[in-house]
Amino acid sequence: MPNNKALTRRSALTLAAAAGFVTLLPLKATALTNKQAADLIDNVVADINKIINSGKSESSMYRDFEALFAKYGDVPIIARSSLGVAWRSASASQQQRYVAAFRGYMAQKYGKRFREFIGGKIVVTGARKVSSGYLVGSVAHLKGSAPFSVEWQVSDKSGQVKMFNLYIEGISLLATERTEITAMLDKRRGDLNKLIADLEKMG
Amino acid sequence: MQSGIQLLRAYVETPKLNPWVNRLVLLLNTRSVRFFGIASALALMALAACAPAPRVSETNDPFETQNRKMHEINKKIDKAVLKPLSGAYGTVAGGPMSQGVGNFSSNLSLPGMILNDILQLNLPDAFSNLARFSLNSTFGIAGIFDVATPNNLPEASTNFGETLHVWGVAEGSFIELPFYGASTGRDAVGLVVDFIIDPVNYVLPTPERYIGTASHLASKVGDRGRYSDLVESVLYESEDSYAQSRLLYLQSRRRALYGELSDDDLEDPYAE
Repeated sequence: MPNNKALTRRSALTLAAAAGFVTLLPLKATALTNKQAADLIDNVVADINKIINSGKSESSMYRDFEALFAKYGDVPIIARSSLGVAWRSASASQQQRYVAAFRGYMAQKYGKRFREFIGGKIVVTGARKVSSGYLVGSVAHLKGSAPFSVEWQVSDKSGQVKMFNLYIEGISLLATERTEITAMLDKRRGDLNKLIADLEKMG
Repeated sequence: MQSGIQLLRAYVETPKLNPWVNRLVLLLNTRSVRFFGIASALALMALAACAPAPRVSETNDPFETQNRKMHEINKKIDKAVLKPLSGAYGTVAGGPMSQGVGNFSSNLSLPGMILNDILQLNLPDAFSNLARFSLNSTFGIAGIFDVATPNNLPEASTNFGETLHVWGVAEGSFIELPFYGASTGRDAVGLVVDFIIDPVNYVLPTPERYIGTASHLASKVGDRGRYSDLVESVLYESEDSYAQSRLLYLQSRRRALYGELSDDDLEDPYAE
């Protein structure tokens, strides 16, 4: 049982670290083979290592991560999903500001964790069709931790093939962020403008 | 091969050995042994025939109010005891020593895992855990060093909670246990049973057996230090640490038990 517990902690630690990856995968329709997806993730890891080892200030590294997040991920759908039911009652301008604030918050929150990826590698093991699109399986080998499973959810329903979720040992990034954001909203008594303002400060 | 069998037959058929073979056959034919043999074969068949518990993806937490109270107590224990202890332990024991204690502790939990593998009729895992235990107990100097993992024998982690799942027992409701933290009804029962059936308790004499328990505790303190960033972020930086740790526990536990994510587990935000 201690091992299970450790695994949970380790997975969650890396969930945080890998969450920044969420959307770093430029998958095209033809990319959903093991080889091509693996090559793409290798490129992503190389890009991230470049940022980490760039020697830039932390704040400019976060901006680089934010750019990667925006480029490869379906940020609007991730942001929408993280807000839960409150999304539907939000005005169009609130939705727009929320997505922008959420993007900065994610880059800031998970950008910090990228140091843990130095010297690590991710190996893609396969892709399969699921009702929500494709699920790409991979194994992450990071220094100082046992290999763990990372599964990526990919869809083209936005018009482009993009990443919209990942699972570290089964722990869903979307569910984790929905838990976090809805708790933040509850603490602000459902005041979405206050939440957006606070997220902007965090990002 | 052929000559080997002939040799064996010749050996068995030598008059000197015959009485022993006869006695053995006689023993196997006595009523009690036959009954025991049939009973255990039936029990194994029943185990093999029972299907694992059905998959669930919802959160079942009817005792949330009590669980949240326990969670706050656990956070206080973490802040007052575990956190400072792990800091001190990290300073005294350092990285390699804390790693050695962790290895020693997880090596001692292997006999219990092998027993659970057998109860689940999961023989491949039983054998690989047995090989791992043999290798680390000898070449790894009583388990202090993990030589098995680099040799392709990682721990196939299991416990009695998983055995219950394989036997068809449902997950039950979520429960926050004192000290231990997030669990489920099924896993809480598993914890107790694992403690009772742990073969280490029956093999080692009394004073030595406490080394195992002590190393498990020290290993937990070491983990608290090693994963301090994560524990801090879940317990003290997330907006609702109870909901967050519940989600982490249930999702990773289900993924481990079910072996893969199904459509029910997967998010589909485009469909909403």
